[in-house]
Amino acid sequence: MGWYQAHILTIVTFLPLAGALALVAAPKGKPKLIMQAATWIALLDFLLSVPLFFWYDAGRGGFQFLERASWIPSIGVQYYVGIDGISLLLLLLTTFLGVIAILSSWSAITERVKEYYVFMLVLQTGMLGVFISLDFFLFYVFWEAMLVPMYFLIGIWGGPRKLYAAIKFFLYTLLGSVLMLLGILAIYFYYPKASGGPPTFDITEFIRVLGPLTDPEWLEMQKWVFLAFFVGFAIKVPMFPFHTWLPDAHVEAPTAGSVILAGVLLKMGTYGFVRFSLPLLPRATIHYLPWMLALCVVGILYGALVAMVQKDWKKLVAYSSVSHLGFCMLGVFALNQAGLKGGILQMVNHGLSTGALFLLVGLIYERRHTRMISEFGGLSKQMPVYATLFMIITMSSIGLPLLNGFIGEFTILVGAFTIPPVYGFLLPGLGFLGGKFWAVCAVFGIVLGAAYMLWLYQRTMFGKLDNPENAKLKDLNLREVMTLAPIVACCFWIGIYPQPFFSVLEKPVADLAQRLEAAEGGADLARGAALPRARGADVAAAPAVAAQAVAAPAAGGASAP
Amino acid sequence: MTTARDLADALPILIPAAGGLWVLVVVSLLGDRHLRAPALHALGILALSGAAALAALARGPRGAIFEGAVLLDAQALAFHLIFLMIAGLTVLASIDLLRLAGAGHGEFYALILFAVFGMTMMAGSENLLTLFLGLEVLSISLYVLAGFTRDRVYSVEGALKYFLLGAFSTGFVLYGIALFYGATGRIDLRGIASHLSAARGGSPDPLIVAGAALLLIGLGFKVAAVPFHFWAPDVYQGSMGQVAGFMATGTKAAAFAALLRVLTVGLGEESIRDQWVGLLSVIAILTMIVGNVLALAQQNIKRMLAYSSIANAGYLLVAVVAGGRAGNGTATVLFYLAAYAFMTVGAFAVAALLGSAGEEDEGYSLPAFAGLSRRRPYLAAAMAIFMLSLTGIPPTGGFMGKFYIFKSAVDAGLYGLAAVGLLASVVGAFYYLRVVVQMYLREPAGDAPPLLVGRAEALAILIAALGTLWIGLFPSSLITFAQQLGP
Repeated sequence: MGWYQAHILTIVTFLPLAGALALVAAPKGKPKLIMQAATWIALLDFLLSVPLFFWYDAGRGGFQFLERASWIPSIGVQYYVGIDGISLLLLLLTTFLGVIAILSSWSAITERVKEYYVFMLVLQTGMLGVFISLDFFLFYVFWEAMLVPMYFLIGIWGGPRKLYAAIKFFLYTLLGSVLMLLGILAIYFYYPKASGGPPTFDITEFIRVLGPLTDPEWLEMQKWVFLAFFVGFAIKVPMFPFHTWLPDAHVEAPTAGSVILAGVLLKMGTYGFVRFSLPLLPRATIHYLPWMLALCVVGILYGALVAMVQKDWKKLVAYSSVSHLGFCMLGVFALNQAGLKGGILQMVNHGLSTGALFLLVGLIYERRHTRMISEFGGLSKQMPVYATLFMIITMSSIGLPLLNGFIGEFTILVGAFTIPPVYGFLLPGLGFLGGKFWAVCAVFGIVLGAAYMLWLYQRTMFGKLDNPENAKLKDLNLREVMTLAPIVACCFWIGIYPQPFFSVLEKPVADLAQRLEAAEGGADLARGAALPRARGADVAAAPAVAAQAVAAPAAGGASAP
Repeated sequence: MTTARDLADALPILIPAAGGLWVLVVVSLLGDRHLRAPALHALGILALSGAAALAALARGPRGAIFEGAVLLDAQALAFHLIFLMIAGLTVLASIDLLRLAGAGHGEFYALILFAVFGMTMMAGSENLLTLFLGLEVLSISLYVLAGFTRDRVYSVEGALKYFLLGAFSTGFVLYGIALFYGATGRIDLRGIASHLSAARGGSPDPLIVAGAALLLIGLGFKVAAVPFHFWAPDVYQGSMGQVAGFMATGTKAAAFAALLRVLTVGLGEESIRDQWVGLLSVIAILTMIVGNVLALAQQNIKRMLAYSSIANAGYLLVAVVAGGRAGNGTATVLFYLAAYAFMTVGAFAVAALLGSAGEEDEGYSLPAFAGLSRRRPYLAAAMAIFMLSLTGIPPTGGFMGKFYIFKSAVDAGLYGLAAVGLLASVVGAFYYLRVVVQMYLREPAGDAPPLLVGRAEALAILIAALGTLWIGLFPSSLITFAQQLGP
């Protein structure tokens, strides 16, 4: 057990890759065997990753389960992995959704079965690697390598415009990541100058030395590095206006691809901001904060409005992702504890609920081979189990109390509400509103979200069953229920008792917020002299509100049933 | 005085030269019916030369031999090993295909050996005349190799074009050398350097600037840098795939080896260095952009790879420029060339396989790759590795090489150059992926000609693929080796 605990991250990350290599050698003619093998591998991987949740010492915080080995010593690259509470949640989300995505592909994928599962498993390793890397070079390798299997998944098993969608996805992401690489290199060469130590790609070292550094040269450089990182991460999130690849990729990808894309891949962008931009470049983050907040809110509202007018079921869900990810980013850029916690938890929530929505769309598409909303209506009579599950997930997505979405959105709004006025607004004259302005805008996003989701539900599930094609639809079978049931269970769990999730986030988020506050304290970033005083008042108020935010849903959840 | 010691130290280059003659004897004794024998002899000779080079490296190379005419130092031997690897893979990849291409003549292998000899002469000299001799031996071998399939119109056209333009470029080089001699009275690079540093302070002699410019033009032609790149697509299209791969990697590597020597040893003096750094930066940017953008429009895989090789010359020039600023050019260039050699020779070998199956140039068209993953999954996987590596996706050698180049550029403060290079390489992703799209995303054509993969070709492609992955996953030893070679 001790040995396993020491190497758990490596084992969990590379097990899918090893499984994929084994599948390559498997005989081609037995698709069933390959499906089962792939499912078992993914399930085993998930089960192996579960102990992390119990072994992770939330009280101690910091990076745990560290493993370090030399890789390219001449340029200071290491195989250095470890997780904190933030990466822990995303890692578990990845292994969890991995099983579900593979299980959901059993009937959907009938062609080139072996290749499909090989790519799925390779993708799994790539994504897990991104979340565990503590070496910037290693992180970049996983970040890029992961593109290839996703490209094939969209390109081979996708819809009619799959080639276009696949290449667009690939080029967009590659463009962002090469700029990010430039930023990484700039940091890499600056670090020895600042610390006097040997060159390294060690992220924890970068954060320790460069995060609090106030050297004017570094402050100027931060702004450029932030922009380089921003392009890389914002494309992945995707933040408005870098979102245009997403609807294409989502709509054309096979169901499991969409689930992974929405559930995990987009989180890599938000994770990048939380892991790198914020702690490493705190002053640049504050410098660009108004712009970031504006982009978040524009994304929330724009995504929701565009989702409203979609005729294609899957495209609607895709645009709802843009809106929801805007929420996550709003929480993150609130830069206080409540916002960060809510933003990170909302990443998990979005992975669950949007993943489930894509599964639901996929189930219908498999049966009817169309996704046009106008083709449907009255399905609740024909498919009661489906309609029930869809209802629960819809409620989760629009943030009904008792379900996970509410907890995340509420905490984010609390965080956004306490953004101090000076950082809040671009337009002159309305600055006094500060974070309240952004919070109010975001609330409109929630209302719109409820509108498009409920309208979708109404148009598809209720009304008369007047299309004869739909009268032949079969309800879900056991395997299909099995793919959705764990997600629904998780939605309730987070909705009713989110405390375990918040408690693993406690330390890392507190640490991050503290770094950001320290940076603000000494900030003289063109914000004027009035800034520190106004900020000080809010800083005092923020933790109290944040504590309330965390306590309230938990208490509400406990008393409601 | 030439001593026995000199001859012993020169073994790494004497072996391919003498071996080329030996292969000619073997061919004339056996005739054209036995193509395998000369090929195997050539492989043995290459291996022998490699062993001699490794032994010299292990001993610690002596450096100048034949009274300074040849300089087989560690750097030259490292380049030599890359040339041997390229030549070995080329020979392997053409054992069975030579006859299929309608060119079943064993002299092919002798020419490859002579070319290797010429390449190492270029890499291993600080004497401009020796450099010129190497360049000529290499070029003349290549003129013949380019026209080796003389029944094909493209081949004749390509060879003639290559010959005429090549003759021009060697003329430039020779004129440049003459100007150097006129200005300084020396033809060895160290002598030129000492002359330059003696005249420190004033602006450099216009004769030297002109000579340097002419030399750069001549070598720029050989590496196919913009605007001296026009020959490459036509010549590569005309040549057999393997020969094109040999030219794209070997010639380029040799020309870069010579370029590095000329620039760092001969023209390292500050006043003139600033001039060539500026000039080469512009050429590098142009080369990366033009190569990548024009590759987008190609429908013929050999032409596409030709433009890709132009783009890669641009990346290598970035390394040279960064080296000029920060002084680590050789290590970066060597490392990138090693990665580049594996993936490009591999890609051309796969292209040659498909090309030999189709009529005339049809096999080299992009649609010939349609559905390759169904017909030949392992071949398609290897080609996918080469394409992803050329794109620069980890964990492949191409990524490590690009990373290393742009790292050195950032280290030298050349952020703009690094940004242009990185963005140009994103453009590259588009056309490399088109091959992958054909192989994996398209259905195979019903009337696709049967594709036979001989054991030798398979071995060559396997080695190239494993080499590409090896450099990507475990680059450490190679980087350390390259860094030990000094600046």
